Amino acid sequence: MALLSIRNLHASIGDREILKGVNLEVNRGEVHSIMGPNGNGKSTLAGVVAGNPKYTVTEGEVIYNGKNILDMPVDQRANEGIFLGFQYPVEIPGVTITNFMRTAVNEQRKYRGLDPLPAGEFLKLMEEKKKVVEMTTNLANRSVNEGFSGGEKKKNEIFQMAMLNPTLAILDETDSGLDIDALRIVASGVNQLRSPENATVVITHYQRLLDYIVPDYVHVLYEGRIVKTGPKELALELEEKGYDWIKKELGE
Amino acid sequence: MDSLIQAFRDIRFALRKDEVWRDVDFGTLLDDDMTVATAADCQPTECYCNIPNLETVRLTLVNGFGNDTLTTTPQGVVYGSLRAARAQRPDLVDKAMGRYLQRDGQQRKANAYDALNASHFSDGIFIYVPDNVAVAKPFQIQSISRTEHALFLQSRNVVSVGKGSRVSIINCDDSYGMSRSLSNNVTEIVADDNSTVYYYKLQNMNDLSGILNHTYATLGEGSTLRAVAMLLNGGHIRNHTEVRMLGTDAHTEVHGLYLMDKEQQADNYVFVEHARPHCYSHELFKGIMDDSAHGTFNGHVLVCDGAAKTEAFQSNKNILLTDKANIVSKPFLEIYNDDVKCSHGSTTGQIDVQQMFYIRSRGISEHTARTMLLYAFCDEVIQKIDLPLLRNSLSDMVKKRLHGELTVCSDCALNCGTPCVGQSFTIDPDKL
Repeated sequence: MALLSIRNLHASIGDREILKGVNLEVNRGEVHSIMGPNGNGKSTLAGVVAGNPKYTVTEGEVIYNGKNILDMPVDQRANEGIFLGFQYPVEIPGVTITNFMRTAVNEQRKYRGLDPLPAGEFLKLMEEKKKVVEMTTNLANRSVNEGFSGGEKKKNEIFQMAMLNPTLAILDETDSGLDIDALRIVASGVNQLRSPENATVVITHYQRLLDYIVPDYVHVLYEGRIVKTGPKELALELEEKGYDWIKKELGE
Repeated sequence: MDSLIQAFRDIRFALRKDEVWRDVDFGTLLDDDMTVATAADCQPTECYCNIPNLETVRLTLVNGFGNDTLTTTPQGVVYGSLRAARAQRPDLVDKAMGRYLQRDGQQRKANAYDALNASHFSDGIFIYVPDNVAVAKPFQIQSISRTEHALFLQSRNVVSVGKGSRVSIINCDDSYGMSRSLSNNVTEIVADDNSTVYYYKLQNMNDLSGILNHTYATLGEGSTLRAVAMLLNGGHIRNHTEVRMLGTDAHTEVHGLYLMDKEQQADNYVFVEHARPHCYSHELFKGIMDDSAHGTFNGHVLVCDGAAKTEAFQSNKNILLTDKANIVSKPFLEIYNDDVKCSHGSTTGQIDVQQMFYIRSRGISEHTARTMLLYAFCDEVIQKIDLPLLRNSLSDMVKKRLHGELTVCSDCALNCGTPCVGQSFTIDPDKL
């Protein structure tokens, strides 16, 4: 059984329909890449799976781990193992990263019937996971994403992913705004977290990220539907030719 | 009823059309069996408000009376009860007391509540710092009401800080058990040239307490005042603050946080005068109102004709948790100079949807996420506290308050054994 199975998904913001029948299957151990021109629904797809209240699902279903998650509250989806790496991580002045992560880790443990992690062990876990993204900053007194550079914000997303150890990670343009070194660090973080038990969906514009995070499948999301799926070489072809040839293939 | 209390009550009628005072109504807290506190009401007490690990010089007022002693340190810092200071060091007291009413050889008239205090105050705290002394330990003025019967209190504190000196003062307004009281207190601060004064106010009183609290500060050239008030609980709290910057390059910050519920009322009035060029002022007031709580923010910045290069900022932000809670917000700038940078703003709103989504997407429940964001809302004001230990302590108290775990006895080291009344501040997600 697929870990994630999206069938005929339609979603809109207000009156505007953005997703017009998306179908996608993701199995454990796989990495999928979703590419496509701006404004065609990539972020919407990520948001709908994670449960962003901005979007309304009008048709279709999203089955994760055998459960239809569309009626599940956002936090429950997360505790079931879904993680969204934000394209634009939200700044939350006044909430320290330590407090944020301790609360998140313990709520996840509670959901799974485990006792809260003792403070010492939690701090040890934090130090360990910081290494995944070569984070050197002292996070104790820093507010979530406040005053972070673009690179720090994206590293912080992968750090949180490492802390929460999701089964399905959806990374929404994790490469945007990164310099070459930061890109390498973030990608290496994602690779360290890969296992046969979990799956990753990488949304990106550029083939460059896929040099580091090598996908099993590349999908093209165009006008609210996945119009083409291929092996990793498809990304190279897109890099070379742009999206016009796909539009031509579709007869536009 | 005592004539003094009657006089206090009559002021409300006299000032009912006065823009500044018309909201001040302690009606329900003033009643016929209330009496004026006397020295006999001052029971010696070991009660104190504990700030974990922070060493302070404690100056206690019980029902408006101090212990009638005065201490002089080797550096020449003088502190103790105002009564004792007036008897022993009238030279120092007279130089500072009432100075905020004097201007270019002219005498201004005090407002009626202040005048009532001036003519009838019981006692208070006096702090004098000579020129060029940085006082290491913060002073902690604890003003406690502890009484079996309803009391009317009036105390007056005078703080005089010399040229180039620096001092931190923590002023705690506390009530003991279920004491019923109404206070009309005044604090005068004179900050001489290039001095720095940090003035923190921590107010955690029971619902039967009302307090009308005046702070009058006069700032000299190059001096700094930072006042931060934390209104954690109380029946009706009004903090009336007036700051006059009479020298150039002075710096004023007046900030406040108020967390009110039930039928409580919190009023913050701030007047800041920019009399000379190159002065800076900033006000940040934030509040969360639950149940039927009522609040007012009234900020008035006056930029005088000669005050070029003034920078003045006012901000008031509120979160209302229920339909019945309300806030009247009035930021106000009065400017008579063209060369200024000023802004004022007020928002009353709710919690940011995208912040909620971000937090919840990490597996945190809606209820916890809301509580986190409410604390985060308060944090901006808490961060204005420069003393780290006080900041941590306040941060804990605010968290307790938001979880409904704060009591009037929180951090009181008295261990009096009287059961404390918990103060519910029930954050119900459905309210938002």
